[in-house]
Amino acid sequence: MANLKELAARGDKFTGGHRACAGCGASIVARQALLAAGDKPVVVTCATGCLEVVSTIFPYTAWDVPFIHSAFENSAATISGVEAAYKSLHRQGTVKEDIRFLAFGGDGGTYDIGLQALSGAMERGHNMLYICYDNQAYMNTGIQRSSATPRGSSTTTSPNGKKIPGKIQFRKNLTEIMAAHGIPYVAQSVVGNWSDFTKKVEKALAKGGPAFIAVLQPCRLGWGYPPELTAELGRLAVETNFWPLYEVEDGRYKLNATPKERKPIGEWMFQQERFRHLKKPEHQSIIDDIQKDIDARWEQLNKKCSL
Amino acid sequence: MSELKKYKELALGGNIEKGGTAVDFKTGDWRSSRPVYNPENCIQCLFCWVYCPDSAVILKDGKVAGFNLEHCKGCGICAHECPGKKKVKAIVMEEEVK
Repeated sequence: MANLKELAARGDKFTGGHRACAGCGASIVARQALLAAGDKPVVVTCATGCLEVVSTIFPYTAWDVPFIHSAFENSAATISGVEAAYKSLHRQGTVKEDIRFLAFGGDGGTYDIGLQALSGAMERGHNMLYICYDNQAYMNTGIQRSSATPRGSSTTTSPNGKKIPGKIQFRKNLTEIMAAHGIPYVAQSVVGNWSDFTKKVEKALAKGGPAFIAVLQPCRLGWGYPPELTAELGRLAVETNFWPLYEVEDGRYKLNATPKERKPIGEWMFQQERFRHLKKPEHQSIIDDIQKDIDARWEQLNKKCSL
Repeated sequence: MSELKKYKELALGGNIEKGGTAVDFKTGDWRSSRPVYNPENCIQCLFCWVYCPDSAVILKDGKVAGFNLEHCKGCGICAHECPGKKKVKAIVMEEEVK
């Protein structure tokens, strides 16, 4: 696994000059993923969403690798087609290099719209890595709720109002859905822990076969916090057990980080504008519900890891 | 990209024929504050470099050598992540003045 010096020597394949917000977490995900994958040629596709929209405004592209723009729902299908074509060309001897295949999608394009394309690609066993940068809402179109949006979060389609304080439902656990596919490698990582994330990308690519990594990506615009906190809020989500770092390798669960002391979820939530309304005393029961849910999920995960 | 090209001069399907052309686009004028680097407090941990969303930390021989202010949007992640030496940060944000 490469350390920072070795990563730096590889050189950036995701350049500056893209049009993401100042302090955008998605561009950190793309940069670090390409640095980790960068010792061999890679082909990238990206579902329509923040990352694709900000990085490929014609006639500019921030990707210094072969890149295909796909529609919202089918980045997994697109990259699996490319991989299938590569396999054939490789067999015929036309293409000799060992090429890797990466797909990016936001939580909207992965949890909701692209779920069936992703599930299909994983089941077919393509040699590809799908990275979901999960910022917990449709940020590109102006912060609409997705099935990744956590309970209580105020978005434009689940606004905080007099009757309903933010999103009512809990978020879907996509990492577990992917693990249920029985693929060689599934992991959860976070913006704010470069070593965990780059290690997981390297591991997933070295493993071969279909792999999936969900990365929690703080979004300064949609979550509402000062831009310098992007990495910090990612780490805090791990320390509150909201977003545990773990991997599932060939069906075996492994925790990658256990917080010394579980911080209360409020510490993470109340730094963000989208949860601000929950500070009111009458909403304390919602915070308690969320805390209970997090603790239950954490206990479940620990059971799986001890198997 | 100073002049608009005619459609016949463009690649088929609106392809961009060369990678990484975004470096020609300057995003530095978005900035309201700029990072200032003090090498004497720097321990060369490279955290600023690895967390920069805009690839704007310049490395020379694997060491931090300053910032690319044509791309830096002034988010301040580098200054926030900087551990510094003896708790004195090597990167501080300074307000842009006009």
